[in-house]
Amino acid sequence: MLLSGAEIIWECLLREGVDVVFGYPGGAILPTYDALSKYPQMHHVLVRHEQGACHMADGYARATGKVGVAIATSGPGATNLVTGIATSMMDSTPIVCITGQVPSPVIGTDAFQETDVTGITLPITKHNYLVGSIEELPYIIREAFYIARTGRPGPVLVDIPKDIQNKKIEFVYPEGEIRVPGYRPPSKATDKQVRDALELIQQAERPVILAGHGIIMSGASQELQELSERAQIPIALTLLGKGAVPENHPLVIGMMGMHGEAASNHAIQEADLLIALGMRFDDRVTGNLKTYSPHSRKIHVDIDPSEINKNVKVDVGIAGDLKTVIRQFLPGVKSGSHAAWLNRIRDWDEDSNERDIVNTYDGDKLFGALAINDLWKYTGGEAITVTDVGQHQMLEAQYYPHQRPATMITSGGLGTMGFGLPAAIGAKFGKPDEEVWAIVGDGGFQMTLCELATAMQEGIKVNIAIINNGFLGMVRQWQELFHESRYNATPMFSPDFCKLADAYGIPNMRVTSRDQIEEAVQFARSHETTVLIEFVVEKEEMVYPMVPAGADLHAMIRRPKPNER
Amino acid sequence: MENHASKHTIAALVENKPGVLNRVASLFRRRNFNVDSLTVGRTHKGHISRMTIVVDAARTDARKIISNLVKLINVIDVKLVSSELHVSRDLALVKVRSDDAESRNGLTLLCERYPARIVDIGPEYAIVEITAQEDIVEGFIEEAAKIGIVELVRTGVVAMGRGTRILDTEYEPIIPVSANGNAHQVY
Ligand SMILES: Cc1ncc(C[n+]2csc(CCOP(=O)(O)OP(=O)(O)O)c2C)c(N)n1
Repeated sequence: MLLSGAEIIWECLLREGVDVVFGYPGGAILPTYDALSKYPQMHHVLVRHEQGACHMADGYARATGKVGVAIATSGPGATNLVTGIATSMMDSTPIVCITGQVPSPVIGTDAFQETDVTGITLPITKHNYLVGSIEELPYIIREAFYIARTGRPGPVLVDIPKDIQNKKIEFVYPEGEIRVPGYRPPSKATDKQVRDALELIQQAERPVILAGHGIIMSGASQELQELSERAQIPIALTLLGKGAVPENHPLVIGMMGMHGEAASNHAIQEADLLIALGMRFDDRVTGNLKTYSPHSRKIHVDIDPSEINKNVKVDVGIAGDLKTVIRQFLPGVKSGSHAAWLNRIRDWDEDSNERDIVNTYDGDKLFGALAINDLWKYTGGEAITVTDVGQHQMLEAQYYPHQRPATMITSGGLGTMGFGLPAAIGAKFGKPDEEVWAIVGDGGFQMTLCELATAMQEGIKVNIAIINNGFLGMVRQWQELFHESRYNATPMFSPDFCKLADAYGIPNMRVTSRDQIEEAVQFARSHETTVLIEFVVEKEEMVYPMVPAGADLHAMIRRPKPNER
Repeated sequence: MENHASKHTIAALVENKPGVLNRVASLFRRRNFNVDSLTVGRTHKGHISRMTIVVDAARTDARKIISNLVKLINVIDVKLVSSELHVSRDLALVKVRSDDAESRNGLTLLCERYPARIVDIGPEYAIVEITAQEDIVEGFIEEAAKIGIVELVRTGVVAMGRGTRILDTEYEPIIPVSANGNAHQVY
């Protein structure tokens, strides 16, 4: 079959099982868009900004575990993808970005809309390609998907010059095994590693499992739960690990880290064994490394060998797929009980409930924490929530427990404001039957709100909860705590969000008191289209507990007790 | 048979494609790895190049470098050559003053004591080539400096495991090479 490069791109995407792509056309990618009419089975979502395309692909990937695809033209189209690619790289999500490039003969001449995209994205992609000939195009696309989804997943970019999109060859799809000589993701533990790990588990009196994103990506939730239940080891979750196991499980002690629950952080500091599974000891979860969990031995399992001993020195480091490795552990895991240890943690937890969580302000004021907690209640805790970045993100993590993996989607590693709305749209494309809520701040929402039009053009339904506190809330919190409340550049004017929604034809409602929240959720559910709910919340709310950046993990700033306020 | 405890020498087989050196250099910069020298050249297989990377052991953890290098898709295999018996060589071209009898005699004597030879000589300057272990090259440079160095260039270290320690790959590219020889080259 004589096919153009453009047609080969679509043929290869279809063979990867892709049925939706997020993109934006332009000169250098136009032949590919032109060929789209031959592939009616492929759905193209026209975004309003390429950053949105990348976040949508990312949201789609996180919700489904499949590779998300973003398409952009050369130059400004490709550079607009950059924030989205870096977001995906930091959180290890599988996406493939396809960019048009100026024709091969003029590469290097500063041609119109030429940018060295493979150069720019080199440090923020798992791998990237500048396609050099039409012959290699199908091999490269196949390789790109393979690399994006296997091992430690990540973004892969394929830059395709326009002349190659136009050229024709006799197309034969490269079947058979993919051989990338320098790419061998690790798979399992050695027998010795398993023995060493089991010995530490057996000896431990105060063990804690640290479960991260890797559990979700490896599909190891069942295995993790079995390990934890059999040996009675409590589980602390990272932000991206939320939902890895049902959060109402009695052995789940909550999120760890900067805004983690006090009980989790205390448990980590006092533990005599940490079993880190698919997490990478980010500074936001360790605090000061010098005083981090000083009494514990450490087992670390991660798919990426370079993560082992990177930040925290461990006693047993295993590079492997989590599901496989935990399964290797299980036959040797004896049933245990750590009753005293679990009681100890329960005490911290009760104290923490009293001080940090339940002890939120009462009265008729609407706080973001309460809004999100009610949202949890009225959605039965079953929604897929996609957050933006800031206070509302941490409040979501604290007040919206998830029961299923991949139902909490958030930009953790890069902390990208503007991620929420487009990622929610992407997630909904991946999971059309699920209830999807974008929980965003007034600041971050305004970074990518142009995607409201995308949602309406596509007729896709996401529910948007804007937690409007009139501030760049999280930065304001830092200013209050560390800069004597000098609120420079954080008070924020916003448009009337309801009128804005009207302009897009989006049904909307404004919530100013707690008793309206149930109605608002019903209102959102009663519409087939995207709905916007604005929660006008208290301006100066704080997220507690908080470990100041670089402080010891146990040195949390706690919410003042009611009588101390 | 050298063993420089203070230096790690890493050898990497990489695909011979444009941009691979850039990926390695970018990795070192991004991860803040300090590199003493990095050399790259083709091997007896057209599609494979080989790099030798020398780092200061006190400042850089070789395992960290290796586990990160291995992550690069175009890096096929990596070995810590300095952890075993190996041969390493550095080559320098040194342009030295040769404008009087004393300097010319000095140079001749120096070249007798070192694996060095004069490859070009004129009324003003001579070029000396030395190929040896890095520390020997450094010793030579120190002594030549007393005569007067005006220009110097070094290749950086290349290294190879001794005996049956072979760093090689079976890999052959699968992508057909197009008529213009471009395929699988322009990445
Ligand atoms: C693109 C980007 N720019 C700046 C920041 C720094 N930052 C982190 S949180 C935050 C405030 C977010 O404010 P808002 O979206 O209103 O959410 P809130 O914290 O009030 O819930 C800022 C500016 C960021 N994370 N991302």
